[in-house]
Amino acid sequence: MADTLLSVKDLVVEFPQRRGLLRALDQISFDIKRGEILGVVGESGAGKSLTGASIIGLLEPPGRVSGGTIELDGQRIDNLSTAEMRKIRGRKIGMVFQDPLTSLNPIFTIAEQLIETIQTHLKLSDKEARKQAIKLLDDVGIPAASQRIDDYPHQFSGGMRQRVVIALALAGEPELIIADEPTTALDVSVQAQIIDVLKNTCKEHGAAVMLVTHDMGVIAETCDRVAVMYAGRLAEIGPVREVIKHPKHPYTIGLMGSIPSLAHQVERLVQIPGSMPRLDAIPEGCAFNPRCNRVFDRCRTERPDLIAVEENLAACWLHAKEAGA
Amino acid sequence: MLAYIIRRLIQSVAVMLTVALISFSLFQFVGDPINNMLGQEATSQDRENLRERLGLNDSIPIQFARFTGNAIQGDFGISYRMARPVSEVIMERLPATLELAAVSGLFALTLGIVLGVYTALRRDGWLSNFIMTASLVGVSLPTFVIGILLIYLFAVELQWLPSFGRGELVQITDNWSTGLLTESGRKSLILPAITLGLFQLTLIMRLVRAEMLEVLRTDYIKFARARGLSQRAIHFRHALKNTLLPVITITGLQLGSIIAFAIITETVFQWPGVGLLFITAINFVDIPMMSAYLVLIAFIFVVINLVVDLLYFVVDPRLRAEKSAAH
Repeated sequence: MADTLLSVKDLVVEFPQRRGLLRALDQISFDIKRGEILGVVGESGAGKSLTGASIIGLLEPPGRVSGGTIELDGQRIDNLSTAEMRKIRGRKIGMVFQDPLTSLNPIFTIAEQLIETIQTHLKLSDKEARKQAIKLLDDVGIPAASQRIDDYPHQFSGGMRQRVVIALALAGEPELIIADEPTTALDVSVQAQIIDVLKNTCKEHGAAVMLVTHDMGVIAETCDRVAVMYAGRLAEIGPVREVIKHPKHPYTIGLMGSIPSLAHQVERLVQIPGSMPRLDAIPEGCAFNPRCNRVFDRCRTERPDLIAVEENLAACWLHAKEAGA
Repeated sequence: MLAYIIRRLIQSVAVMLTVALISFSLFQFVGDPINNMLGQEATSQDRENLRERLGLNDSIPIQFARFTGNAIQGDFGISYRMARPVSEVIMERLPATLELAAVSGLFALTLGIVLGVYTALRRDGWLSNFIMTASLVGVSLPTFVIGILLIYLFAVELQWLPSFGRGELVQITDNWSTGLLTESGRKSLILPAITLGLFQLTLIMRLVRAEMLEVLRTDYIKFARARGLSQRAIHFRHALKNTLLPVITITGLQLGSIIAFAIITETVFQWPGVGLLFITAINFVDIPMMSAYLVLIAFIFVVINLVVDLLYFVVDPRLRAEKSAAH
């Protein structure tokens, strides 16, 4: 596909431990198209953030990519040298972190941080870079940007700081923004605003977004497609509407059933029994099999690959039967 | 900001008064100075006269008030031993100590920061490990041992550097003579400066290293990496500046203790500064000299502390802009 921006194939990330290797990401495959917003959901520890970190090449050692490929614009980026990868970071892939209160360097003004980032990636004079910086702040909705630009981070509120962070992530005009739970640390009242800012500015700047979040509501409103992760594996991926309305993987079905809805009166919310296995104790076969209510023999022995079911891809043997039949 | 400065000034005055009280009480505890000054043969009339002249018959609060009043004007009385005004003697000796302290402070600070940053960035390198291990020597060996070892190595065995004194001096003003302008003066400064600065050097180095490692783990450094900034910008702009904030406080206090600890180094190297003066004063129970020294050191500490606090306002925007953040 010509409009594929990012292509992740069979990505494996491992952490060497005292007792053998800990496999934190296991054969993750997905694509992101240009300008698309892909949501990534899953429980804590499912590997959402780790996927983002490996794409931008900022895995904390001793974690390392030990298998699979990551391609950006058709060029492999998972095996680049540190120096080459630095040119990708900020310029091709930007990143927004969770906590805006700690993401900005407290002793530099917003202007200093923005201009430094802009000039790292674009050949602009000080004056042009400053103009560009003000424009970016304008774009993310900071009022009186030209006056506030010389303020320090602590002079902004949390929501405003996250806007600054988004501006910084966009400073090098990247084609992909990885937003790692960008609203988790914020007040509920400003979360929606920040998601709007993220969505709209990225659209204006032509950047695709990989939005990592716990919040299904955010996914439903913002994303084009959604990937559901479970225990370091991809459980299901597909168009947002399809995944929410017609989930195919029992885990996704459970996930959707556990979300309260205002539209329908529901007697009881669905609860998935048990909890996600630790990474060093993932069961054989499908990682979800001990908790699955539709488990059968094959699930306990063989690991399912992603199987096309209607518009979705789901890693579940239930659908292999259907496809085979 | 202004209120803060005034508050700190009042605190400083309180500290100085307390120290003054302690140095004043020295006079009360260490016997009758009249005996020392007049000797055994004096008549009781002579004693009484001198007592009256020195104001020793007044009540203690009045004596203390007079002591403080004089001290503020730089008058600490007459040295029992040298029969000269204490302040005059101290002013003569002070340049030697200040030069020594400044050089060794500079040595400790520059090398401490450089080594600290290096060991933090190359955390697992063999050279870093070596430096960290060697720094234990600096922390654990007492100053006089280091001084004697250095003398043995560089003055006795290699004969590169002199083992005592200040070398040739050049008179700059009436009471400031410096050794920095002559070669023998500079040579004489090396060993004592290293001896005095080694402990501070290792302290600053370990502090810088720990702070730097801490800062490198923060989110804003991760975010700076994610923006593709160069390694140099991340390490030496974003990380180092944040690292140095807490280092300022410690370094300021260390500068004070460099001057105070100079006593030992000055004794080992027979360095003619105020520290050596103090030791001699103790030997001869020269109370005015001792109390003046105490007040002087306290004053230096207080001033340095004040400067450090104000410096914080300059470097840390979070303190500086407190007001504008409020609205």
